[in-house]
Amino acid sequence: MHIDKDLVAAAATPLVLAILAEGESYGYAILKRVRALSEGELEWTDGMLYPLLHRLLRLGYVTTEWRTSPEGRRRKYYMVTEDGRAALADQQRQWATVTRALNDVWPGSGVLLTGLGEA
Amino acid sequence: MESLESQIAEWRAYVANAPGVNGHDVDELEDHLRHQISELNAAGLTADESFLVAVKRLGDLDDLSREFAREHSGRLWKQLVLSGDDEPARASSGWFEPLAFAVAAAVVVQVARLAAGFPDEEPTWLARNATLFVLPFLAAYFARRRQLDTRHWGLTALPFVLAALVVNIYPWGADSATEALVTLHLPVVLWFVVAYPYMGGTVGSHARRMDFVRFTGEWFIYYVLIALGGGVLMGLTAGILEPTGVDVERIAEWVLPSGAAGGVIVAAWLVESKQRVVENMAPVLTMLFTPLFAVMLACAAVVYAATGLGGAFDRDLVSVFDALLVVVLALVLYGMSARDPATSSPGWMDGIQLVAVVSALVLDLMVLGAMIARIGDLGFTANRTAALGLNFVLLVNLAGAAWLSARFLTGRSTLHRLERWQTSYLPVFAVWAATVVVVLPPVFAFD
Repeated sequence: MHIDKDLVAAAATPLVLAILAEGESYGYAILKRVRALSEGELEWTDGMLYPLLHRLLRLGYVTTEWRTSPEGRRRKYYMVTEDGRAALADQQRQWATVTRALNDVWPGSGVLLTGLGEA
Repeated sequence: MESLESQIAEWRAYVANAPGVNGHDVDELEDHLRHQISELNAAGLTADESFLVAVKRLGDLDDLSREFAREHSGRLWKQLVLSGDDEPARASSGWFEPLAFAVAAAVVVQVARLAAGFPDEEPTWLARNATLFVLPFLAAYFARRRQLDTRHWGLTALPFVLAALVVNIYPWGADSATEALVTLHLPVVLWFVVAYPYMGGTVGSHARRMDFVRFTGEWFIYYVLIALGGGVLMGLTAGILEPTGVDVERIAEWVLPSGAAGGVIVAAWLVESKQRVVENMAPVLTMLFTPLFAVMLACAAVVYAATGLGGAFDRDLVSVFDALLVVVLALVLYGMSARDPATSSPGWMDGIQLVAVVSALVLDLMVLGAMIARIGDLGFTANRTAALGLNFVLLVNLAGAAWLSARFLTGRSTLHRLERWQTSYLPVFAVWAATVVVVLPPVFAFD
């Protein structure tokens, strides 16, 4: 299934924040998690994740730290902040509203993310 | 494996050259690339194949660099001048236009000087209107450069017209203190008016406001450099012409005012088109002077507190402290605007800056306390009101900045908040300066 570019872009921030809310992570692992979560349906160009992460950093939603990876390379880890958690909660409310509206106007489809409404 | 390493090195060099991408970004992308390669390797691809797939997955470099540049607009702006792919006509063909505006400003200033008979006579209207002869040309230069429409041109011109009316219609008394205050504050007001066309009318944008702060700092550096060069030129000219019996002072009367006026526009043009030069210098200057000021201010604060000089201040001292706070604020603002957006965690410079700001605040509070006590006895005058008002406006700004940067240093706030505080505060300065120009004179009966 092809997912519209704008929709992918809109989902990127809450998705990344939610993944970081599970625990600190780094670029490559975040992308793998996105693929796993969406079963490969959310197609990102790998590189685009990094400008997004830098934006979250500038807004104070995440902090970062350079560490040495198990393979001995320098790796940049990202951790979500309190502000980031607040932003995530806000995003969740927005998505819940959108989902509810779509659910109402598409009766019977039933497949829309009902779980999100309780999030 | 050897060839893979050289391929990665080549890729690194290529990516590092892309606009908007800096060294740390490349490190991060390389880690990603290597991770991907080793996984593809494990899945059975050869080193070569893994490399190709991994690079392909990172995406088109142009798109990637555009995304990075959009996020780090400060970096993009460094690159624009060099590559200039987007606006090829900007850097090279642009010199005629600024020159025309500079000459126009120079001519207008000269006409005004002749009309006033300066320097044989020194009518106060000349000093009062001085910036009105120059800054409209700067505003017009930006309005043209940003290709503003008619409505925006009108909104740019309106404040100049109003300012010209106000300062020339008010019935100034002889030796009027409020007139001197207007002479001092009008340039500030008009500089903020220039911000409007500079930002292309988008005065609400915090990023553009920060750009204007950066522009102001760089413009100042260029202007000082031009003035120094001009001074050397004038000195040499005088030395050469002296023996021929030419009246050098007469020449200086003609050259200096026009040079000073034209320099305003030339400096702005240089900032716009040759940013790279000053951009490398400005952060260095801030780095040099912030610690020096911090030491000076901290020592002064200790001395004042220990010797108890705090009780015996007069008005002049408040003016000195106003100037001091302006300089500290300029350092803080400029240091902030010149900051590399990539390093958003606090460094030692932030600590030093905080020392400077807090020391300045402590000193200023002592002065302010003494001053308010004395005003109780002596009452308000225009000068005292202006000095105290400015002091208060600066104090609030620096106190907010100190509070936020302390929180930033302890990791409880972000640089973004600090920048927001400063860019949101900018209109307060404009409003205060405008108040001194428009409201204060009638309140104190133009005296």
